[in-house]
Amino acid sequence: MASTIRVRAVAGADTTEVQSLIQHPMDSGFVKDAAGKLIPPHHIEVVRFEHGGKTVFTALWGPAVAKDPYLKFSFKGAKKGDELKVSWLDNEGASDSLVAKIQ
Amino acid sequence: MTMSSDAAGCARRSMLRGMAGLAGLGLFEASRLLPAYAADAPDWPQAAFKQKSEIDALKQLYGKNAEASDKVTLDAPEIAENGAVVPIAVTSSLPNVTAIAVLVVENPYTLAAAYQIPAGTRPAVANRLKMAKTTKVVAVVESDGKLYSASRDVKVTVGGCGG
Repeated sequence: MASTIRVRAVAGADTTEVQSLIQHPMDSGFVKDAAGKLIPPHHIEVVRFEHGGKTVFTALWGPAVAKDPYLKFSFKGAKKGDELKVSWLDNEGASDSLVAKIQ
Repeated sequence: MTMSSDAAGCARRSMLRGMAGLAGLGLFEASRLLPAYAADAPDWPQAAFKQKSEIDALKQLYGKNAEASDKVTLDAPEIAENGAVVPIAVTSSLPNVTAIAVLVVENPYTLAAAYQIPAGTRPAVANRLKMAKTTKVVAVVESDGKLYSASRDVKVTVGGCGG
């Protein structure tokens, strides 16, 4: 199965800019389905970005983060060709991870 | 006299022993039950994400309150046509930033996202949030152990909470 994670990390002069998109419904628990029943909350809780064995960014998300969440940040100390590991975990225990090459 | 006080002491001792046993059992129960009800990620601050007010959420998350600062920049649209996807960006020129949080005040649960910023990572983050209705959005930045905030109002034409 294709990964739920799409990430693009580009090394600049000083910092590496990371943009990621994760496929996830991010159900808030307040929306009703066609039959009028509440769709239970189902959302990512933790997203972690690691470079060189060190966590460079952690996102803690509630149900108010939009569907198929987008994220952008940047960090120092990486160079082109390095690996960046992305992993997420949701409130139902599902998870996914991906190792991307920094461009 | 001596007999009865002895008996009382004895009773007390056995009662203490019983209580210790109960306490031990309680601990065991708690440790056994905890992972069962918490399908939530272990480091996810569940209590903070359940707060309905900005102040309570910050108290749960960081244990303190924020003061307004012009060194925190919150980028949000003035009018969001679709409350289901509102782009929000936070940057700061403060030193030693360790955390950034975004709160949507009128949402059922105020805290939307909290980010941990280790040394070497720039104090800037962009994401997309859902907003139930026209609301104040607050960005909070932790710098040198203190909280600073900036806020903006976002007009939401169609709420992001569905029916």
